[in-house]
Amino acid sequence: MTTIEASPAAAPARKRSAPKPMEETIEFYGNVPNENEGKHFRYCPGCGLGIAQSAIMRAFERLELDPKEIVTVGGSGCYAVMGSYYQASQAHMGHGRAAAMGTAIKLCRPDLTVVTLQGDGDALAIGAQHFVHAARRNIDITVIVFNNFVYGETGGQHGPTTPRETITQTSPYGMVENDFDVVDIALGSGAGYAARTTVYHAQHMVRAIEGAIQHKGFSVVEILQNCHELWGKRNGMPTAPDMLKWYKDNSITAARAAKLEPEDILGKFIIGTWTGPERPELGEEWRKLVDRVQGGEVEAAKRGSGKPPALA
Amino acid sequence: MDLNILERLKLPSEGIRVADRRLLQGNESICEGAIAAGVRFYAGYPITPCTEIAEQMSIRQAAVGGVYLQMEDEVGSIHAVMGASLTGTKSMTATAGPGISLMQDGIGWAQTDEIPALIVNVQRAGPGLGNATRSGQMDIMQARWGPNGDREAIVLSPSTVEESFWLTLKAVNLSERFQTGVITVPEGLVGLMREVVDIPDYDTVPIETRLMPDDEGAADPSRIYDGTMTEIRPFAAVGTEHRSINGNWMRPETDATHGVRMPLTGLSAQDYNIRRLHHKITKRRDEVTFVEEVYTDDAEVLLIAFGTQARTARFAVDQLREKGVKAGLLRLITLFPFPEEIVQRAAANANLVIVPEMNMGQIRGEVTRVLRQHPAEIVGVNHVDSTYIEPDEIMELVPVAARHLEGAAV
Repeated sequence: MTTIEASPAAAPARKRSAPKPMEETIEFYGNVPNENEGKHFRYCPGCGLGIAQSAIMRAFERLELDPKEIVTVGGSGCYAVMGSYYQASQAHMGHGRAAAMGTAIKLCRPDLTVVTLQGDGDALAIGAQHFVHAARRNIDITVIVFNNFVYGETGGQHGPTTPRETITQTSPYGMVENDFDVVDIALGSGAGYAARTTVYHAQHMVRAIEGAIQHKGFSVVEILQNCHELWGKRNGMPTAPDMLKWYKDNSITAARAAKLEPEDILGKFIIGTWTGPERPELGEEWRKLVDRVQGGEVEAAKRGSGKPPALA
Repeated sequence: MDLNILERLKLPSEGIRVADRRLLQGNESICEGAIAAGVRFYAGYPITPCTEIAEQMSIRQAAVGGVYLQMEDEVGSIHAVMGASLTGTKSMTATAGPGISLMQDGIGWAQTDEIPALIVNVQRAGPGLGNATRSGQMDIMQARWGPNGDREAIVLSPSTVEESFWLTLKAVNLSERFQTGVITVPEGLVGLMREVVDIPDYDTVPIETRLMPDDEGAADPSRIYDGTMTEIRPFAAVGTEHRSINGNWMRPETDATHGVRMPLTGLSAQDYNIRRLHHKITKRRDEVTFVEEVYTDDAEVLLIAFGTQARTARFAVDQLREKGVKAGLLRLITLFPFPEEIVQRAAANANLVIVPEMNMGQIRGEVTRVLRQHPAEIVGVNHVDSTYIEPDEIMELVPVAARHLEGAAV
C-alpha cells in the first residue's frame, strides 16, 4: 500500500479541554443498544467497527458538537447500522450514495456537520463516482471509509481494496485484481484533507476524525479495520487480536515514512494525515454566486459572452 | 388563465393573480411550475429531451436563492434530491430515457422511505438509448412499477404547455402532502413545444408543505409504527429539534432506546408499512385522481388517451360527433393510481373503447383489466415509430366513420 507524494500535515489543532468520562460521551452522543429491550450491537464479537464508532463519538465530544447539528449518512454494509447508534440524525439510503446525499444536505443546511459512514465497497466500488466528484467539488463534508478489504455483510467477497493474492469468497484462488489506495484517490480527486488510521491506533483515529471534521472542505478518513471473521480467517489471522497485531506491526507514520527509502515502506500501512492544495468550497461558492445574482451584480451569460479560462 | 386546467387538477383558483403572459417551451413551463410550488433544489444530469429544464434551473435557482447541482449521473441526482428533501427543502430532478432507468433505485427509496420529491421524465422513445429527439409514451408502466418492491405510486401526464405548469405545481404539492416521490411523464413533444402560458404571481398560487412534527395534528412519534397512526406520518427534517432517521421522527435523546421501532424491523412492521404505503394513497384516491371528460355521458365510442395523443383523440371525437357518432374522450391526467372507477363509469354505454397511445398498449392493458366484465370491444392504436397518431387512424376503427372515410377517398 503506497501513498502518492503529498506532504504529511502537522497534527490538527485540537481543543485541550480535559476529556470527559466515556459514560458521559455515550449518554450524550450514543444510543447504545440495550440487551434488556431485545436490541444488541449487530457487529461480530471483536469487530473493529466498535473502536471506530467510539472514536467518532469521542471526536464529536472533543469538538463539542450538538447531536442535533450532526447528520450521519450511511450506505450498505456491516457499518450501516452505526448511524442509528448515535443520537445524531441519520440518512441511510442507496448503496454508495452517501457522498451525493451528503453534498445536497450540506448545500441546503451549511450549518450542519455532515459525516458519511461508508465501507470500502460503498465508497470506492458502487459509490466511487460520488466519492471522487464530491472531492472535486470540495463540498464541506467528512467521508469516513471503513476499509476491511472485504465485503463483510454479504459474507466475505473481494472488493476494490482487497490486497492482491489474498483469499476471499469470490477470489478462491487468490485476488488477481489490483487494489485502490483510498488516500491517493481522495487527494488526487481534490480532497483538502485525507487521513489513514487503523483500529490499533485508536487515539490517532480520534484525532484524524477530529481534524477531518474541522477541515473546511472535503475530507476523508480511511480507517483500516479488522474483519477477522470473513477476511482474517481466510488469510492467516483468525482472531481480532491477530489482526490488531498485524496493523500494529505493519504500520508506520507518514512522518517516519518520509525519511525512509521507498523499498523500506513497501507493504506497510502509512498512517497519518495529508493535506492537499486549498480549493474553493462548493457551498461557499454557490452562496456567493446567489448573492451576486440576487444583488443584480451578474446576469446569466448570453451565448458567446464567456472568456477563455485562466489555466492553472 | 385557463381555469379549466386548475379545476381539473383540483387546485383552488381564487386569489390567483395573473402576472404575465409568455410564449413558453414546455420544459420552461415545468421549471416555472416547480419554482412557483416552492422547489428550491434541483439536481440532475442533462439528457435530451429535458436538457432545457437543467439549463433553465441553473439560471432560476440562483435567482430565487435555491440550489442547482449538476450531478455526475442520474443515480447521484435522485439521491441528492432526497438528501435535499431530508432538510425540508422542496426538491426535484428531471431526466429521460435511460436516465429514468438509472433513477429507479432512488425513486424506490423516495417512495418507500417517504421522502417528498418530484421526478420529471420527459419521455423520449425507447427502449435502451431509444430515439433521443423523438417523443414516446413508452415509460408508463415503468413509472408505476419501475423500482423493486411493492408500493403505490402517483404518476401524472400533462398534454399542453400551460397544463405542464400547473400539473408540475400540483405534483410538488402531492409529493409534500403524501410524502412520496411523485413522477410526471410529459412527452418529449410537450417538453419541446412552445405555447402561450398565463404566468401567475407566484405569491398567490396554492402550495402545500409536508406535515412536520411541530405542526398541529402531528401524531406522537411512538404511534408511527404501532399501527394506530394515520397513514401519513409527520416528517422529521434533519438539523431540527427532532432526531430524524430518513425523515422518521425519533424521540429525543432522553429516551436512549427510543421505544420507537425502527422502520422495517420485524415482519409485522414490514407488513404494516407496505400496506400503509399503499393505503395512504389509495384511501385518498379522490385527492390524486384527475381526468378530463369530453362527451363521456352518452359515449358509445369511448376514446381513452393521455398526454399529447389525447389532443389528437379530441380532434377525432369532434369529427365523429359531426358525423353523428356518439363518441367521447376520457383523458387521463392521473395515470396511477389508475382511475378504475372513472374508466368504468365513462365506458358504461360504450360498445367500442379505443386506446390510442405511443407504445404497444401499456394503458390498454390497464383499461382491459378494469373493463374485464364489460362487453365493449377494446382496441388500441399503437405507434412505436415516434410518429404521432392521426385522427383518421382512430376514426377508421369506427364503422360509420370508416365508411365515410372510404367514401371521401373515392
